[in-house]
Amino acid sequence: MDKFTSIRAVAAPLPMINVDTDMIIPQEHLKTIARSGLGKYAFSNIRYNDDGSENADFILNQPAYRSAEILIAGENFGCGSSREHAPWALMDLGLKCVIAPSFADIFYGNCFKNGLLPIKLPQPIIDELMKDAERGANAIFTVDLENLEITRPDGDVIKFEIDGFRQHCLINGLDDIGLTIEKDEKISIFEDQQKAQQPWLYK
Amino acid sequence: MSNPRTLYDKIWDAHVVEEQQSGNSLIYIDRHIIHEVTSPQAFEGLRVAGRPLRRPDAILAVPDHNVPTTADRATRVDSIESKTQLDALERNCAEFGVEYIPMMDARQGIVHIIGPEQGFTLPGTTIVCGDSHTSTHGAFGALAFGIGTSEVEHVMATQTLILKRSKNLRIDLSGDLGLGVTAKDVALAIIGTIGTAGGTGSVIEFTGSTFRDLSMEGRMTVCNMAIEAGARAGLIEPDEKTYEYVKGKPKAPKGAAFEMAVNYWNSLKSDEGAKYDKEIFIDVADIVPQVTWGTSPEDVLPITGVVPGADNISDPEQKASIERALHYMGLKPGEKLTDLKVDKVFIGSCTNGRIEDMRAVAEVVKGRKVADTVDALIVPGSGLVRLQAEEEGLDKIFIEAGFDWREPGCSMCLGMNADRLKPGERCASTSNRNFEGRQGPSSRTHLVSPAMAAAAAITGQLTDIREL
Ligand code: SF4
Repeated sequence: MDKFTSIRAVAAPLPMINVDTDMIIPQEHLKTIARSGLGKYAFSNIRYNDDGSENADFILNQPAYRSAEILIAGENFGCGSSREHAPWALMDLGLKCVIAPSFADIFYGNCFKNGLLPIKLPQPIIDELMKDAERGANAIFTVDLENLEITRPDGDVIKFEIDGFRQHCLINGLDDIGLTIEKDEKISIFEDQQKAQQPWLYK
Repeated sequence: MSNPRTLYDKIWDAHVVEEQQSGNSLIYIDRHIIHEVTSPQAFEGLRVAGRPLRRPDAILAVPDHNVPTTADRATRVDSIESKTQLDALERNCAEFGVEYIPMMDARQGIVHIIGPEQGFTLPGTTIVCGDSHTSTHGAFGALAFGIGTSEVEHVMATQTLILKRSKNLRIDLSGDLGLGVTAKDVALAIIGTIGTAGGTGSVIEFTGSTFRDLSMEGRMTVCNMAIEAGARAGLIEPDEKTYEYVKGKPKAPKGAAFEMAVNYWNSLKSDEGAKYDKEIFIDVADIVPQVTWGTSPEDVLPITGVVPGADNISDPEQKASIERALHYMGLKPGEKLTDLKVDKVFIGSCTNGRIEDMRAVAEVVKGRKVADTVDALIVPGSGLVRLQAEEEGLDKIFIEAGFDWREPGCSMCLGMNADRLKPGERCASTSNRNFEGRQGPSSRTHLVSPAMAAAAAITGQLTDIREL
């Protein structure tokens, strides 16, 4: 996984609530056995017209936001299915950070496994950031994960919070499977105890 | 004496391998179910890192999302991509030594239906699957939740997950259900009450006589939809009904082991005085047959209702969301829900594809005919449900009435296989999601109970089952 320390980028405003994972990556594009290449299908139902051409109204199709690395959205972002294809698609599209008042649990967890940073902030702050983002390509944000700070285009600094372990893993690009495998002995001890108490769970 | 604990706390505590920094715990996972869509990248990850599966005996694999449901399914997978995923599952299971139920096996079906049927789902266990509706298994008093593909790989390699404890949310419902009201209506009414984010960060325990009185099938329907309320998992304490269901299932403990297990399972109850972070009491008398009108499960109303408008909504995002849903669904504020004509009816899915659901439909459609204007599809959730229905002669009733009686799979619950709606088509569906595009691009879904779906098939429009 790539390390995430800080980014400086344009933010695209998507003032929609309950953006579900079917919207982020429709199920007809889940038929892949790879993790990469999903960016072209991200938001495809609203990003493209029926004839396959781009929908000019969709925010990420607008010239100012084509290089956006940050998405600012409404509450309950990422609700619905557990598909990790959602963060894969967003990242393949070039996004590195999503800022919203709230996220669905599974999506939120999936983001961290892939180096996509989800930031929760109160609605009034989101409203402000949304206004900043609407100013387009000149409105550059900085997201600093080490110091847990967002710097707004006009220089204002906003603090955010993230679980310390997740922050550590993202900054160092750590694969948590590797970390857990080191606990092998503890896991074996647990299994031995459980097997003694609930033998029916083992073959 | 230790502090009184909830059912969730008890299962959690019994699975902590290690408390970690910043409030995370390493939690042991007892059971892992996999399907073709969310597992290939996890197997690939193991292969690339040269890691073995820690416990192949704790995994069960079955294809469900992409499989065709027509009689000629063996030769008819609809696309190269589907075939690639189905083949990959079979190949990966062979390579890593995982038990795999092939598409043409009588036990094949939707992951959340076959887990319980095979006795793989047991009370007190932790169960995961790369699928959000894993919450279904909570009906057995198991802590069951959906995970992403990276976590699938984490469980494969370590049989654990790094998790933070969820909040305890209790939803209590006591008393008898009214005429025509089913577990599905209860689930929809709960989501209507607390919203699709109402359970975020929580595990919901469903308590009270209404849930106790439900069959295991009904309990599974309720827990299945817990995720639509935003919860990580749903839970119902195990009781005699649970044990009765589990007893004799192929992978369930037998004989003395079963007695020993029941002994343990009897301890899986929230203690008197256990503290919940939040408690919600709903009056069962307020619940009538439900139907969704919009594009989120929280857009739900009693069937007697009318399509809402956005005029009185002050929050701009809420207002935009309602307007968008109305436009997408092709509805006008004030229209009576019972005036809406449907093009298709879909009965099935992990929400309502069990034998009891099949029986409920048969009861409604027996001796009646599906309206000329409607295509009606009934898809059993597993091969065993299909066999049982056929044994009871239900298939004849369905076919006689004009239903298309299919082979098991996820089918029209989501547009990943050949069963889907055409753009703009309206469907009364017993599945769990009415998101934009869920049943195919521009599809329009109204979530209902099996009996209500059956009634819509007969009349050709959304119908109050109590009036039929
Ligand atoms: S039936 Fe629908 S909700 Fe259930 S597992 Fe299949 S696709 Fe998911």
